[in-house]
Amino acid sequence: MLTIIDYGYGNLRSVHKAIAKTCDIDIFVTNNPDLIAKSDRIVLPGVGAYKQCMDGLKAIDGMVEVLENKVLKHGTPFLGICVGMQLLADCGIEFETSPGLGWINGKVTRLEPNDKTLKIPQMGWNEVTPLGNKVFADAWDNTQQDVYFVHSYAFRAENEEDIAATCQYGDDTFAAAVAKDNIMGFQFHPEKSQKAGLKLLEAWLKL
Amino acid sequence: MSLKTRIIPCLDVKDGRVVKGVQFENLRDAGDPVEQAKFYDEQGADEICFLDISASHEGRATLYDVVSRTAEVCFTPLTVGGGVRSVEDFRALLLAGADKVAINTAAVKDPDLITRASRQVGSQCVVVAIDARRVNKVGEAPKWEIFTHGGRTPTGIDAIEFARLAWKNGAGELLVTSMDKDGTKDGYDIELISTITSMVDIPVIASGGVGDLDHLVEGVTKGHANAVLAASIFHFGTHSLAEARDKLKEAGLEVRKVI
Repeated sequence: MLTIIDYGYGNLRSVHKAIAKTCDIDIFVTNNPDLIAKSDRIVLPGVGAYKQCMDGLKAIDGMVEVLENKVLKHGTPFLGICVGMQLLADCGIEFETSPGLGWINGKVTRLEPNDKTLKIPQMGWNEVTPLGNKVFADAWDNTQQDVYFVHSYAFRAENEEDIAATCQYGDDTFAAAVAKDNIMGFQFHPEKSQKAGLKLLEAWLKL
Repeated sequence: MSLKTRIIPCLDVKDGRVVKGVQFENLRDAGDPVEQAKFYDEQGADEICFLDISASHEGRATLYDVVSRTAEVCFTPLTVGGGVRSVEDFRALLLAGADKVAINTAAVKDPDLITRASRQVGSQCVVVAIDARRVNKVGEAPKWEIFTHGGRTPTGIDAIEFARLAWKNGAGELLVTSMDKDGTKDGYDIELISTITSMVDIPVIASGGVGDLDHLVEGVTKGHANAVLAASIFHFGTHSLAEARDKLKEAGLEVRKVI
């Protein structure tokens, strides 16, 4: 059974439909920590501001505790999407510095393309380069593919080995995906990236 | 390796049916927006846009069903606009399965709605649609005015100033349509697009007037738009999305590799 965490932020319906399209697993969109405690896989979507999302997660009684227990202690496969991936970092620096889950060391800072013609947010399809991670190897044979991004901030991982794939916006090469043990994160939206995205979800679901 | 130019087919929806629809034989129901969205999804559209022009309450209710059925079968970003008046409308459309929501008349009447919406649902979901008409006389400096209610009502508001206001108020993207060019097939109002693009830091979608693939190219090379929107050239089978991608590529622009 897979749970998609509903904490008020994120395109839950799209994520749900995309996962349902790629596998037969039972899917629940929920904010109930008891249900999450029973799940075999956990997906955390997220859009909007870092602090707002983290506050939304913390506002659900017992949620962060259940997640830590499941993901850090019991090794339940976890996937963060967009801001859901950014929350894995130690902190996010948006209007102020706010703490994240701290499961993968690093911080989230504004994109710096250093090119006046490049707009913020980065909105649209950009090419992702896998760095040998199994999900990308299974889904894309480690080739580069275009996927759909919408973001103004990026995850700056402290340890290079936690970066599963990169993307480039102007001068800024950032983590398009992070992975550490049972934890994975996609900065882009696999649920909105047509075949390339669905293949990644499928590969992650088979891990 | 860089961000690709988006090519966006746009469908006008009225009472849950497509007006000026796609004319292809392989569609089971050429008036069904879901069928058409699916068709564009399969062709590798970078995004799909629905503009609802229903006047009736029933027409609006049907729209939610259309959006929700589209989200079931299309894994492509979907922008929905038309008749959006409140933050609640934003939420309802996003919940139904839209990824972005476009506002026009309501944003002109109450620019603060852009701020309220972007705080609630995130800037990236807030597309401000600007319908502009040229109002300067020959020989005068270029000037455009905002028109609302589907381009029928003049407002006296300067389009460039409004574009900046929308950006400052938290819009994530602007959809700029030239009412002079719309339906003419002689290309975008390049001057309008490039002026707005140079004045804001958010992405701009060029719209209105596309009659051939060169117009799409010009939208980017001369208008500096980040995305190009067109309706009829795709609907009537004049050109496919693959041909559009090839044309942009020939012009040295980066387009998505569709798998």
